[in-house]
Amino acid sequence: MIVNNIQTAAYLFASILFILSLGSLSSQESAKRGVMYGIIGMLIAILATVMGAGVEGHVYIIAAIAIASVIGVLLARRVEMTSMPQLVAILHSFVGLAAVLVGFGSYLDPHTQALQGTERTIHLVEVFVGVFIGALTFTGSIIAWGKLEGKVRSKPLLYPGRHAVNIILVIVSIVLGVLFAKADGIDGMMYLYLMTAISSFIGVMLVMAIGGADMPVVVSMLNSYSGWAASAAGFMLGNDLLIVTGALVGSSGAILSIIMCEAMNRSFFSVILGGFGAAPAAAGDAKAIEGEVTALNHEEVAALLKEAKSLVIVPGYGMAVAKAQYPIYEMVQVLRKAGKTVRFAIHPVAGRLPGHMNVLLAEANVPYDIVLEMDEINDDMPDTDVVMVIGANDVVNPGAQDDPTSPIYGMPVIEAWKAEKVIVMKRSMSVGYAGVENPLFYKPNTEMLYGDAKESVQKILGFLKF
Amino acid sequence: MKVGIPAEITPNELRVAATPKTVKRLQKQGFTVYIERHAGLKANFSDKDFEEAGATLVNSAKEIYSQSDIVLKVKEPTLAEVEQMREGLVLLSYLWPAQNQDLLKKLADKKVNAVAMDAIPRISRAQKMDVLSSMANIAGYRAVIEGSFYFGRFLNGQITAAGKVEPAKVLVIGAGVAGLAAIGAANSLGAIVRAFDTRKEVAEQIASMGATFLTVEIEEDGATSSGYSKEMSKEFIEAEMALFKAQAEEVDIIITTAQIPGRPAPKLILDYHVAAMKPGSVIVDLAASSGGNCVLTKPNEIYTTDNGVTIVGKLSQLPTQASQLYGNNLCHLLDDMGKAANFKIDMNDAVVSRAMVTYNGAINWPPQPLPVTAAAPKKETAAEAKEKAVVSEAEKIKKQAASMAMRLTLIGALLLLLGQFAPAEFMQHFTVFVLSVFIGWQVIWNVSHSLHTPLMAVTNAISGIIIVGGLLQTKSEFSNAMTLLAFSAILVASINIVGGFVVTRRMLNMFKK
Repeated sequence: MIVNNIQTAAYLFASILFILSLGSLSSQESAKRGVMYGIIGMLIAILATVMGAGVEGHVYIIAAIAIASVIGVLLARRVEMTSMPQLVAILHSFVGLAAVLVGFGSYLDPHTQALQGTERTIHLVEVFVGVFIGALTFTGSIIAWGKLEGKVRSKPLLYPGRHAVNIILVIVSIVLGVLFAKADGIDGMMYLYLMTAISSFIGVMLVMAIGGADMPVVVSMLNSYSGWAASAAGFMLGNDLLIVTGALVGSSGAILSIIMCEAMNRSFFSVILGGFGAAPAAAGDAKAIEGEVTALNHEEVAALLKEAKSLVIVPGYGMAVAKAQYPIYEMVQVLRKAGKTVRFAIHPVAGRLPGHMNVLLAEANVPYDIVLEMDEINDDMPDTDVVMVIGANDVVNPGAQDDPTSPIYGMPVIEAWKAEKVIVMKRSMSVGYAGVENPLFYKPNTEMLYGDAKESVQKILGFLKF
Repeated sequence: MKVGIPAEITPNELRVAATPKTVKRLQKQGFTVYIERHAGLKANFSDKDFEEAGATLVNSAKEIYSQSDIVLKVKEPTLAEVEQMREGLVLLSYLWPAQNQDLLKKLADKKVNAVAMDAIPRISRAQKMDVLSSMANIAGYRAVIEGSFYFGRFLNGQITAAGKVEPAKVLVIGAGVAGLAAIGAANSLGAIVRAFDTRKEVAEQIASMGATFLTVEIEEDGATSSGYSKEMSKEFIEAEMALFKAQAEEVDIIITTAQIPGRPAPKLILDYHVAAMKPGSVIVDLAASSGGNCVLTKPNEIYTTDNGVTIVGKLSQLPTQASQLYGNNLCHLLDDMGKAANFKIDMNDAVVSRAMVTYNGAINWPPQPLPVTAAAPKKETAAEAKEKAVVSEAEKIKKQAASMAMRLTLIGALLLLLGQFAPAEFMQHFTVFVLSVFIGWQVIWNVSHSLHTPLMAVTNAISGIIIVGGLLQTKSEFSNAMTLLAFSAILVASINIVGGFVVTRRMLNMFKK
């Protein structure tokens, strides 16, 4: 049993460690240290809580943690890097679920029932808000997981008047909240149940309305929500550690969402409200695409690569789907041995998770100093001999810069077309997630190479003998 | 369809309109190819090469002109050559229609449908047939090589045991395709390169090739919708001349590439410029054939002035490669015109209608101006735009300050209101909350983009801190509803903590330099 002051000190120390942990992620070198900070902070926090006053049922606590640890390690060890988005989404749902459970628990807690007047009202509001955010995060994350896993169709589900319905549901929840705060004892349970159901429904509909290409925003947004849910739980329990940590996670997710939205030149609200790629673009006004599509075979592509001095590879979700990162790196090694400069250009929204491409390339042992961000590499494009676009589409669409009628006009893109030659590896001529035609394919310096990314790269490798 | 290639009869024309490679390509397009004996000799292609590629050798140009459907040529034909051509023949050649009115008339009289390869409009679709660009590229490169030969010194700076060698300074006037190629070649030989052009828009291209962009301090942009530059005002030219004077005193090699379509080349390097140059300096005049950019240039001649400046008025054409590129340009045009099977002169086509200078006995020159611009000329001058930007910037800052003040007042009022009603304990927690949000905000912006996925995984793990809620709520008897809730909460939160940390470590271990 430790005294209260020491517990507070331990919590403060844990908070500092969490902040350091996030701060360490500013570079690859310090990042591993950062994880250690996080783990130590978490251990201190849990020990300080368990050893504090008023904690009972240690057996159950240890049992729960033991079971969960086994599940957690198995999940984390087994997950494939291409499925990281799914794992992240499902973990968000757990935080949401925990927030709901803690909220209900807090309402049943005798301490709560002992509160009077304003204090009681405020506490009940905290419980209500915490459960609301928790339930929304829970169901929203489950749907996001389903979409990423391909179990729920990724096309946005839109029905007329959905904004009105959502607003009405929120208003109903507020009314329920007022009734809940006024109810005596635990009579308000009914309102709490009802609100949980409504909030869960809002969570489902919110994510259903968002298209596949916007998944990075959704996942970061849910990341943010899971943080706010933890913070709300902190308010309920009067626990500063929860508040601090929740706020850190909440702002982290919010920043990621903002970065993702900026990378797509879309306002946060239009993403959240959904409907991208479903509305027909300003018909008729779209700029006519000039030129024709020319295709090469694997041998010709290999010949081009042999001639080139500097190469840039632009990977996209297609690379992740085909799991082509291993043969790609093999090819890169061959090319680098032949004295060529080979670099990767990563668009912030490539993939289904912020930074997803970096992780996939890291998995294939690509050294991270040849993996560059869009802004770092765009200036070098005119000096590049060959750009290989592998499974990416919208992020290299020149229409985003020169066609004001394009739905993605204004979105920052990788300026692949400025290079001497562009090779686009694609399954077919179909449009990307944004549903927009890509004039890049029609440029005279662009050549298509159709087929599965992995097989194509392996075939090219066969022809690449120096 | 029969495609014929006559030998070039002008003595200093070394190129030929087809090479063994393009002959193969023409056959792939469905044409039968006839070539005059010895046509490729000057470009280092033997008759045997052409025969092996599938062309039929013909003894005289006359046969070619009288029997082919399409004739490919480099240099514009002489009137005597046109005389031999049959009616309805399609001729693809350099024609310089603006300078050769008599030739056009003759072609029209003979009902030859002549495509002037030099009149292919400069639009992106036609780039692959743009002979001016493909030939200019060669000329620019060659200008540096020959200039450096007559200059007779290192171009790059060297520090050797025997002493230091200063790098040569090269001035390139006109940054079209030839100019840019010259900049690139001179730069890779190690010279200090400067370039001048009246079009402001090429500044970036010049810099990208490794040269310093020189300009005069007069606001006037020489860009036109055709992609060529126009003639400039008197003030501009005076400033330009003063600039060239200063440069002439300093630089070792001047390469001039300025040409205006259909007109004599502008005189940019005057006698006093040449007089100002150091002995041993070189001027390479790529516009020599259209009169020269330098007043002292003698076309097709290389000579040294009294003050020791060598002026190069002719260049070797690298005939082998030039023929190959020119031949490719021709093949691309024939591709566009439907190859052999669907060959058609489409006067509605933007490219064909402008380059087809005689058609069905009528002269079709000058062509319609192009509707699209090469690159939209700027509406306002740079200075104006800058001024505007400064003004709007100041306004923006003022506006921002105002709205910030509004917001802060609003936030302050809200906080006061909250403080009135909320209990002290809540306010304490709220303080912690708000400050944490700010800390998080500052810390997360520094996170490297490439680590966003690990960031999400680690925040996932630490948001498992909600386990504390469960820990505090666990009761000693399991039947209690609270224990059940708390047990479940601890379970899911722990999965988060353990799973999140383990997967983050796994990911970070993969990041290797």
